[in-house]
Amino acid sequence: MKTIQVYDPPMCCSTGLCGNDIDPALVSFAALLTQLSQKGVKVERFNLGQQPMAFVQNPAVKELLDKEGVDALPLIFVDGEIHLKGRYLTDTERETLARTVLGESAEVVS
Amino acid sequence: MKLPLYRPDPANTTRYLFFTGKGGVGKTSLSCATALKLAESGKRVLLVSTDPASNLDEVLETTLTNQPKPIAGVAGLHALNINPVEAAAAYRERLIGPMRGLLPEGALRSMEEQLSGSCTVEIAAFDEFSGLIGNPETTKEYDHIIFDTAPTGHTLRLMSLAKAWDQFLDNNTSGTSCLGPLAGLEKQRAIYEGTVKILADATATTLVLVSRPQLAALNEAGRTSGELRALGVGNQCLVINGMFETKCPEDVTSQAMQRRGLAALESAKDFIGSLPSFIVPLRPINILGLGGLRVLLDGDGEAACAPKLAIEWTPPDMESLEALVADIERQGSGVVMTMGKGGVGKTTVAAAIAVMLARRGHAVHLSTTDPAAHVAQTLAGQVGGLTLSKIDPAAETAAYQAEVLQAQGAQMDAAGRALLEEDLRSPCTEEIAVFRAFAREVGNGTDRFVVLDTAPTGHTLLLLDASEAYNRELQRQSRSTQPEAVMRLLERLRDPAFTRILLVTLPEATPVHEAAALQEDLRRAHIEPFAWVINQSLLNSGSCDPLLQRREEAEHRYLREVVEKHSARTAWLPWQAEEPTGPDALARLAASNLLTSSSL
Repeated sequence: MKTIQVYDPPMCCSTGLCGNDIDPALVSFAALLTQLSQKGVKVERFNLGQQPMAFVQNPAVKELLDKEGVDALPLIFVDGEIHLKGRYLTDTERETLARTVLGESAEVVS
Repeated sequence: MKLPLYRPDPANTTRYLFFTGKGGVGKTSLSCATALKLAESGKRVLLVSTDPASNLDEVLETTLTNQPKPIAGVAGLHALNINPVEAAAAYRERLIGPMRGLLPEGALRSMEEQLSGSCTVEIAAFDEFSGLIGNPETTKEYDHIIFDTAPTGHTLRLMSLAKAWDQFLDNNTSGTSCLGPLAGLEKQRAIYEGTVKILADATATTLVLVSRPQLAALNEAGRTSGELRALGVGNQCLVINGMFETKCPEDVTSQAMQRRGLAALESAKDFIGSLPSFIVPLRPINILGLGGLRVLLDGDGEAACAPKLAIEWTPPDMESLEALVADIERQGSGVVMTMGKGGVGKTTVAAAIAVMLARRGHAVHLSTTDPAAHVAQTLAGQVGGLTLSKIDPAAETAAYQAEVLQAQGAQMDAAGRALLEEDLRSPCTEEIAVFRAFAREVGNGTDRFVVLDTAPTGHTLLLLDASEAYNRELQRQSRSTQPEAVMRLLERLRDPAFTRILLVTLPEATPVHEAAALQEDLRRAHIEPFAWVINQSLLNSGSCDPLLQRREEAEHRYLREVVEKHSARTAWLPWQAEEPTGPDALARLAASNLLTSSSL
């Protein structure tokens, strides 16, 4: 089973609703994760504001935080490998990610 | 309209009483007076306060902590004080403390800011309450438990979405915001559920809506009443605190004050008639000691007038609004914002400044969020060089909600959508929606003066700061969702040559403390207010009504706090017999200043 881990910057929500503007990339990304997890992908999402221990316990995350600070977030891992650093995925990158974890033929509404 | 006096009946009072209402309406005094009355009738009473300013120690003549403490001289009465700000700080520390040394300083700081919003404060307070309500063991020795505040509709709805909440705590991958701060709370979910159930039980709980004889305050109480009723909190009553009947029929000031109160009751008569409603007569401001509390509910008019205080402090001369404007106009353009809690007169002050600037030959744009917007409306087409616009919080919020729901839309299941919709009803949502409109208006201040009667809190601004790095990244990719006005907002607000912030307050305890809290909030965002404005002061009113004279003296304490502790510069506005409307009335108001005996 494929796994995706997301280490978000501190925010009160995973949609970014409580920020000062809606970031469509973040909202679509949250929706994509919901879909992927319904299709059997193991999705773990950690928010620095709420689960800081998870950031400390992952050596790769901890090292990047120490070196680059919160600008390194979000960090997106696929099967334990860093997939993207410092921003959320674009429309095309989301499609690519969906195909990678679900297999080429998968249909994703994103 | 003749309403009975509020006199709690020991034989007919529910176990739990919650007092709710806007800051400054007298929730704390009334809940204390009620607790005292029940205790003196032989009941065992626990009073639970959430007063962050701790005026309560003075009122009860006892130093309170967050554990029940007996009140000296009143058998059967215990009280405790939960400082909601400290409760939230303790909650933050539970999350952040263990991370010190493990995470870099920048990460700790951004965690801390994220957990400084009003949601965290509200939920941390609910957590403390729940321990007292949902767990019967802790309070079994009391007949009555009296709270000087009540959870908001938003908090209660979150608690009743317990099923979705469970899932959220289990996997935390769904899209939800306001449930976030719940994740770190220690108490059990069963206790929360028990709390919600007791609140909705009419035989166990009474919600006391506290209001003032003012239309805006009564409308606000009406909204709270409807919202909580819809959530099952149906056993409600209304207490209108501070009804004034003058003893000096020939005195203009006291006549006008009495007339305004009666007119407000008349306008809100449908709401007042819809539930048991009571009044408490206006008292001198300083309710000090147990004697003062007894007077609040039982005193007749004469006893309420405490002997004249010895004059121990003479207020200094204070500037007029016009004097502030003379300074502001030197920069030629920029933004002026009035800040403060609802009902202190932000719109009036903003309108008066706009009129003064326009009359001095400047191009001025006045933007108000006041839903009634009477003040601004009376200026339309009346002053050369002055343009007007309105930020309608309800419309801005609706547009924002629609935008989010459309973006999230069909991709969510029913449970997810329910949570998202509740997030969108959170107090933060309106703040954010208004913030976006606000950023638009501020951007117009480069070639003229823009005067606004609203401003985002320091918390919102710091969240903006935190997201700036991310925005720069988006901009580099040429797909930023933020207009240039938003991108530059913080930098503009921090520039004292571009933005002048005026903190508006009434010379009373709660409004002053709330304005001081706003000032702290702004300082965290590295924004320094330009001046404070004391509004509706009775000082030098010349009233012959003994009660108004006592209130005039009582203002000293709060004027002194503002002048000596909080503000570098203070303007002063007198209480007005009529709501100042139209350019001439506003200009007259702005020209008033305070000359005291210190300069005579």
